[in-house]
Amino acid sequence: MSFSFNALRVGISFVMMCIFYMSAVDSLPELSPQKFFSTLQPGKATLAYFCQADSPSTSIFLEELNEADKPLQDYGISVAKVNCVTEETSRYCGSEKDLMKAYLFRGHILLREFPTDTLFDVDAIVAHVLFALLFNEVKYITTLEDLQNTENALKGKANIAFSYVRAIGTPEHRAVMEAAFVYGTTYQFVLTTEIALLESIGTEDIEYAHLYFFHCKPVLDLTQQCRRTLMEQSLTTLNIHRFMKTMEAPLLTEVAEDPQQVSTVHLQLGLPLGVPVEFLVLNNIDLIVSRVESNMHIEETHEDEDNDIEGPDMDIQDDEVAETVYRDRKRQLPLELTVELTEETFNETVTASDSIVLFYAGWQAVSMAFLQSYIDVAIKLKGTSTMLLTRVNCADWSHVCAKQNVTEFPVVKMYKEGENPVSYAGMLGTEDLLKFIQLNRISCPVNITSVQEAEEYLSGKLHKDLISYSSVSVLGLFSPTMTTAKEEFTEAGNYLKGYVITGIYSEEDVLTLSNKYAVTLPALLLARHKEGKIESISLANVHAQEIVQIITNASLETFPEITVENLPTYLRLQKPLLILFSDGSINPQHKKAILTLVKEKHLDSLTPCWLNLKNTPVGRGILQAYFDTLPPLPLLAVVNLHSGGQVFAFPSDQTITEQNLLLWLKKLEAGLESHIKILPAQEWKPPLPAYDFLSMMDAATSQHPARKVPECIKETDVQENDKEQPEDKLAIRNEPTGTLRTKHWNRSNWFEEAKKQFS
Amino acid sequence: MGLSAAALLWGLPGLLLTIALHPALSPCPAQASVPAHRDYCVLGAGPAGLQMAYFLQRAGRDYAVFERAPGPGSFFTRYPRHRKLISINKRYTGKANAEFNLRHDWNSLLSHDPRLLFRHYSNAYFPDAGDMVRYLGDFADRLGLHVLYNTTIAHVTLNKDQRAWNGHYFILTDQKGQAYQCSVLLVATGLSVPNQVDFPGSEYVDGYESVSVDPKDFVGQNVLILGRGNSAFETAENILGVTNFIHMLSRSRVRLSWATHYVGDLRAINNGLLDTYQLKSLDGLLESDLTDLAIVKDHEGKFHVTLKFFLEEGNRSADAVPLPQDDNDNFALRVAYDRVIRCLGWNFDFSIFSKSLRLSAGGELSKKYPLVKASYESKGSRGLFVLGTASHSVDYRESAGGFIHGFRYTVRAVHRLLEQRHHGVTWPSTQHPITQLASAIIRRVNEASGLYQMFSVLADVVLLKENATAFEYLEEFPMQMLAQLETITGRRARHGLFVINMEYGRNFSGPDKDVFFYDRSVGHTEDAWLSNFLHPVIYYYRHLPTEQEVRFRPAGWPLPRPTAIHHIVEDFLTDWTAPVGHILPLRRFLENCLDTDLRSFYAESCFLFALTRQKLPPFCQQGYLRTQGLVGTESLRQRGVESGLLWDYATVGRGDSGQQPGDHGPGQHPLAPGPPVSPFDSNKEEL
Repeated sequence: MSFSFNALRVGISFVMMCIFYMSAVDSLPELSPQKFFSTLQPGKATLAYFCQADSPSTSIFLEELNEADKPLQDYGISVAKVNCVTEETSRYCGSEKDLMKAYLFRGHILLREFPTDTLFDVDAIVAHVLFALLFNEVKYITTLEDLQNTENALKGKANIAFSYVRAIGTPEHRAVMEAAFVYGTTYQFVLTTEIALLESIGTEDIEYAHLYFFHCKPVLDLTQQCRRTLMEQSLTTLNIHRFMKTMEAPLLTEVAEDPQQVSTVHLQLGLPLGVPVEFLVLNNIDLIVSRVESNMHIEETHEDEDNDIEGPDMDIQDDEVAETVYRDRKRQLPLELTVELTEETFNETVTASDSIVLFYAGWQAVSMAFLQSYIDVAIKLKGTSTMLLTRVNCADWSHVCAKQNVTEFPVVKMYKEGENPVSYAGMLGTEDLLKFIQLNRISCPVNITSVQEAEEYLSGKLHKDLISYSSVSVLGLFSPTMTTAKEEFTEAGNYLKGYVITGIYSEEDVLTLSNKYAVTLPALLLARHKEGKIESISLANVHAQEIVQIITNASLETFPEITVENLPTYLRLQKPLLILFSDGSINPQHKKAILTLVKEKHLDSLTPCWLNLKNTPVGRGILQAYFDTLPPLPLLAVVNLHSGGQVFAFPSDQTITEQNLLLWLKKLEAGLESHIKILPAQEWKPPLPAYDFLSMMDAATSQHPARKVPECIKETDVQENDKEQPEDKLAIRNEPTGTLRTKHWNRSNWFEEAKKQFS
Repeated sequence: MGLSAAALLWGLPGLLLTIALHPALSPCPAQASVPAHRDYCVLGAGPAGLQMAYFLQRAGRDYAVFERAPGPGSFFTRYPRHRKLISINKRYTGKANAEFNLRHDWNSLLSHDPRLLFRHYSNAYFPDAGDMVRYLGDFADRLGLHVLYNTTIAHVTLNKDQRAWNGHYFILTDQKGQAYQCSVLLVATGLSVPNQVDFPGSEYVDGYESVSVDPKDFVGQNVLILGRGNSAFETAENILGVTNFIHMLSRSRVRLSWATHYVGDLRAINNGLLDTYQLKSLDGLLESDLTDLAIVKDHEGKFHVTLKFFLEEGNRSADAVPLPQDDNDNFALRVAYDRVIRCLGWNFDFSIFSKSLRLSAGGELSKKYPLVKASYESKGSRGLFVLGTASHSVDYRESAGGFIHGFRYTVRAVHRLLEQRHHGVTWPSTQHPITQLASAIIRRVNEASGLYQMFSVLADVVLLKENATAFEYLEEFPMQMLAQLETITGRRARHGLFVINMEYGRNFSGPDKDVFFYDRSVGHTEDAWLSNFLHPVIYYYRHLPTEQEVRFRPAGWPLPRPTAIHHIVEDFLTDWTAPVGHILPLRRFLENCLDTDLRSFYAESCFLFALTRQKLPPFCQQGYLRTQGLVGTESLRQRGVESGLLWDYATVGRGDSGQQPGDHGPGQHPLAPGPPVSPFDSNKEEL
């Protein structure tokens, strides 16, 4: 994945160069092959570009090479342009085809030849050249085994600088190579471009370059792992240099003189960055640790050497709902807008008036997040609705909730006189619940009694105030004798009540309507109010469940604006999405192009939709996941969510027209387009470990509680334990709690002691 | 245990006493009537018998309760002698939750009728025994329970019959010779026989059951009380102010219930004598084995304590019997006593049960109880269950199974077992998506009274469904029967399970332990396993443990060693709803057992995941994808951005969003799946 992705980047950078570097001045020495070879000095490295003509395309490379001249000079490497145009020939000049090549020599020995497209910019040139020259200092590996072998070989001998870069020739690669030039003799540099390798040592955010310092030199026990320190900053030459320096510096320097006079590596490096040096009196370890942690820029990641499972973050909330509800807990909600029900008032209230009941639990975050939306609904409906908004806190009234069959939270139910309570099954948000309540004002299906009323119903006039809540109005047409069909439709209408407006017409003159809309009875008419269209569907021998399905599918739009709320409905179609990302409303030309393709059935295997970043800002997050940086909009992409997870982007240099789009889709279908991204298929694993109490208990009893050990053996064990722990129990007991918190072994001892005291 | 929880202890007045008083009735009359058949026969209309009758009635079963007395709860008409129940009647807890409030109501039976709560019958924190009699009467009447009063079952025997549910019928014969044939026999007769120790001079001793309760009868007397339980202390308490002194003698040291967490041990309400003893007010406690004892009466009618051993040297007049003080002139019990009172507790009445029933006494510590399995079924005959106080061998000196506030739940568990065994009604359960797991557990540990009262005896069980996407929740299962869970409940446990128990710290409680030591409570989540006070403990098993594993579990463990264990840290308010202190560590535990991510997400996050990842976390799958996503409000969104858990997408990529240190980088949602951690359950294919 990363490979093709990089190829794309290369393409982009070439284009950019065409624009900006055309007129730059060439200042490299231009030599004839003979002259060039005569200037080569033993042991000195030279990068030479052999070319025949000063064509515009080669000059782009020359610009970059020219740029690279200065930095390479710094490393003692000279750069030359060799002109093959003269009579002299050299095997390096090659034929036409091999024009684009540069060669790296040490003395007269050819070390490496580079196709010019690998040296696509200054960073690539410097990186590649140094990489070739520092072949021994920088070990390139591809597997975890390689890494472990290297690590093992260096234990007790030298430390390792291990880095991952996305590709060779990137700025990060250059930075690592420059660092290797300086520190290559001190540390073993190890480089990889394999994501899997980085994953396997437990790194997050593998999309970015990483550098780890492996502290292998102090490791004497071969079975022990080298401690690792992750460099937190981005990989630049300066950052790496600073990081390497601090890796060498002692963590603690004891001084006996005036602090002002002290100079440590950190101070020389200006660390900690941007923070003035402070002088503090700190009384205990905790204070120092918290002080440092809060200012820390370079965080150490310790490997689990002592089986210490106290991760620093396990007690930090990583559930967005729980955290946001907790942070918002002091907000005063106008709860009085809803009626709080109790065991005594519940039945009386829900039978006395049509009521919506929110069942929630005061301690449950999801419930409490939804309670806010519920109150918002109450605010919006204040004084306008006949529906009573009520709530029951199941933490207080668990019997009430159990009696209503509510055993999980939150649940919304609607109680209407003479009807069974209905559970709300829509999105837990203000808009959707409001829609549900509003649409429930009419009984569904609505009984339509005249052709004129039916027309009003279909045109949206009959329920003007409700049309905004239901994108379609459905009208079932039956002749008066079609009892079964009517029952099935009525059942479906009931089921969809609160989500879609349905009506039923079965008067003697029903043929007037069926003729007008050219359907045979039984049938349903579907009025799309937004588009002003009326469709008809025949309903012969269809059961309620199928009718529900038909109506649900029919209410989907052909080219919807996709939103957080409606995406799940479209995902059910299980087709790849063709998404047009737009910053604001959609370009009518684009819309027309896509609708035409839809009409011509070219998009049947896709779900075409568009996303308005103004309405759905999270779309930016999606684009960033696809492209790293926000691409120019509008942008068209095909996302194959259900099989493979590939993302394809419609070329940004093409305009979105029917022809271009169709051609692209054909190529895509034929497998000729390469994806820009494969969506990660990572499983959702536990975000953090849990406390392993079983191990702690084991550690405290110093052995596994044996399963089948007879009583007598256990007793001797206890005695032995007693002998092994001769410390003064009182002394341990009297330690302040603060110190008891620091380490497990400490507590374990305490536990042993406490046990002895009790026995 | 003495007359501890006095009133509670004895489900039913002793049938045997009656029989002893009417020896003429014991031989069965000749008339051979056709036995009346009942599917369920309950012996005794005390609290346990009525509780079982209630469940049978609600399930519409064919049953009858047999009661010797003319009304229910006749034990309480006489006991405790001093009329004060020591089971608390806490009418206020500050909470509305009726289930929670049962945690602090030790007298009510379970029913659907809120009027039948004991707080409507007494205002006293320690109520009068008469109120219990009135309460039980109302309970039987209002619920219309089928009780045959004035029916003394004199004999119970077994009749083998292939057609019977259990291969045999129980044949009960009453005092009139009427026989009853029962498919299932539920024995709720309590402990009805006073425990007597036979030693020379025991005939001079007053029994608790008949001793005067009028303090005037003890004025200026030296009193010796044999026994160390609640009945002994209750008796002492009554006469403490008028006696010269009271000495209390028993084999074992005093066990204080606040040190043992066992309500049958000496309750503080009765321990006034400990106070006066330790404050040098002449009263005192002594330890000696009563079987070595002898009491001799001197010519003044006063009693002297001596050793049985001395009496064996031949017949002598009382005044000539050697006394310990003859050799040892500072012997503690050298004074003469005016009275000796026996308060040695009670035993189960085995006498009416035929040998064929093979109903035997429990182990060394609990021989006053019949031996039963953890399912309360007799080890000797299938279909015979022991309920109530008499069933206490299961958790004697540990939990509350011998008392109303405990056995009301164990009776329900037995009823659930019977419903599955004989009527194919599976153990009640609710099924939920896995995202509700933490909530389901949190709800129960915060309100369930059965778990709280019957800690370490009844536990909730979560049965995982295939792939751990859903679970079934079963309440109050007898945890020692875990291996037989599938048979007992009719539910399948093939994909792993959690057991939710409540426990005191392992080494916290016990006689003579200082439960008030400094630093006794634990506050940090990572120290939760060191919690001392009652707290929830959750066991995770990949497979249902076998009978062997349950039987040979590590010493001190209520269950076999689990795959993983979690303690929810003890809480001073017993309120385990703190988001970070209680719920978060529980979620992490569940996540690591199930090897999945159980966080909740707003719809917007699910939307992002749906379009940028091939897989979604369970919360998004089970909510958002089914169009039931949690949308959230603007203010919550802002909090999320504040906390760094949500992005402000409006500014993403606008150039001004600049990465902050610690940012995960653009495109990477801060809550996206983390690096793999090693879960407890490394055997993934199992789930």
